[in-house]
Amino acid sequence: MKTRKYLKVYRKFLHTSLASELEYKTNILIDLITAILSLIGSIFLLSIFFQNNNSIGGWEFEQALIIQSIYTILNGITNTWFNPNLTEIVKHIREGTLDFVLLKPIDSQFFISLKKLTPSGILEIMLGFFLLLYCIKINQINLTLSFLILCLITIICSICILYSLWFFISTTTIWFVKTWNATEVLRSFLYIGRFPLNSFSFTLRIFFSVFVPIAFITTIPSEVFLGLSEIWKILLEVIVAMVFLFTSRRFWLFALRFYSSASS
Amino acid sequence: MDKNIIDVKNLSKSFNISSKEPGIKGTIKHFFKRQTKSIKVIKDISFEVKEGEIVGFLGANGAGKTTILKMLCGLIYPSQGSISVSGYLPFRRKENFLKNITLIMGQKQQLIWDLPPIESFYLNASIYDLDNFEAKKRIKKLSDMLEIGEELFIPVRKLSLGQRMKSELLAALIHEPNILFLDEPTLGLDINAQRNLRKFLQKYNKETNATICLTSHYMKDITSLCKRVICVHNGSISYDGKLDLLLKKLSPVKEILIVCSSDEDANQLENSGFNVKNKTKNEITIIIDNNSITSSLKTILNNFDIEDLYINEPPIDEIIGKILIKKDYDI
Repeated sequence: MKTRKYLKVYRKFLHTSLASELEYKTNILIDLITAILSLIGSIFLLSIFFQNNNSIGGWEFEQALIIQSIYTILNGITNTWFNPNLTEIVKHIREGTLDFVLLKPIDSQFFISLKKLTPSGILEIMLGFFLLLYCIKINQINLTLSFLILCLITIICSICILYSLWFFISTTTIWFVKTWNATEVLRSFLYIGRFPLNSFSFTLRIFFSVFVPIAFITTIPSEVFLGLSEIWKILLEVIVAMVFLFTSRRFWLFALRFYSSASS
Repeated sequence: MDKNIIDVKNLSKSFNISSKEPGIKGTIKHFFKRQTKSIKVIKDISFEVKEGEIVGFLGANGAGKTTILKMLCGLIYPSQGSISVSGYLPFRRKENFLKNITLIMGQKQQLIWDLPPIESFYLNASIYDLDNFEAKKRIKKLSDMLEIGEELFIPVRKLSLGQRMKSELLAALIHEPNILFLDEPTLGLDINAQRNLRKFLQKYNKETNATICLTSHYMKDITSLCKRVICVHNGSISYDGKLDLLLKKLSPVKEILIVCSSDEDANQLENSGFNVKNKTKNEITIIIDNNSITSSLKTILNNFDIEDLYINEPPIDEIIGKILIKKDYDI
């Protein structure tokens, strides 16, 4: 019953977001062009790094392209869902419109995480997906059902980790009111995820695995695609994703106790 | 006898508020070491509201009216005391509680800016578990009551403030709540829009027996909607009771302008022991106590030749203004 209600509400979210975005056709067109140019730029940058080296950190250009494709898919998801919704949390809290969300008989985290959608991000997801298919072809990866399931699990885990990190930072707005910068820092870290983790020094590798788990977001799914990953790494990613999701949820519920609403 | 739908006992709320000295030095100091202090914005208040009642919360800016409303609907946790609304603890925000209430804020909006209001209505309907048929029926009913039609299909950003407020009301009432919390709902509206909104609220209350808690700085909202008012002064309740009793207490006299048939009659009236405020030729203004108004007028009409008579009430805004700055009213 509840699932049906949430699906129905999400259908309405999709409808209202698309209708809102379609009010501004030029904006959609510019976003689409930006997405294509951004991908071309990233591949060009990557090719410059490999111009004089056959491999960086043990990764060849064709293999590094897999990381780029996963990054593009994740960036597309970020632009489609996380960016329009999670950055809005700051606005909701500063202007006190979170009041309307909290007074609806629906889960507030579901509402503020999924209410909006930017359609141009979907093109980015598709571009990333096509690039991934191309990478599978040039790297001669053998597709089996179990392989695809493993890939899907790791990508879903990546999305969960990224979402939780972003949501966690946005939640701190309840105390600090303005945290735009923190989410920007997170996005900058995500850019780092375009490159293989092995190409960084040991200290940075530890930092990007333990403190800001960028390694879990792009490198591990890429390793799975190339058949380089070990099972313990995949299990670890699943555990990290679950812990992150659970913690961000508890943190949100805890933070709401301190919500004081904006003055009228 | 209607039962209590809202029960508030010894409610208090404190906020930690930081203060900053002016100038660059103050800004730097504020950045590195923030001076915060706990301020008690609501101080040990208790009151009850009966089902179907319309209660107006009066008070100066910052008196604590909005904080009380937000605690009643469960947005803010109380620091002390207890609140029961419709049998629920508001801050737990249980689904059935949320389906029973609504909050309308004159200065904040929930409608989707780029889309016509009708889209927001159907979104809210799905959140409140209403099917399309039921939602359509309710939208029709409420839009008839609010006298809005084609505005429902125009993007919100192109609507006037009055049209937007009506649409906000419709969005907030689509689930037919039986407790309405209204925080300055007529803010910024023109006189006609204010009157229409008041008319609607009266009608809604009459038809659904909904309980309404209202704050407003427009006295007409309070006088035409609320029989009972709760005056809040610096976080404490300074008066809780009937509005007309309060007005009588604050304005115990009336001014009466009497136009006599002749100057002689006016002179006689001036010397007959009434409290005369002023006199010009055959016109005389006297001040009479509210309690003796009937007997005094009878005496004047029986003993003097009167051409015309006007009873002047002091302006309501002036009277209410006194409430905002005074601490206690013993009535």
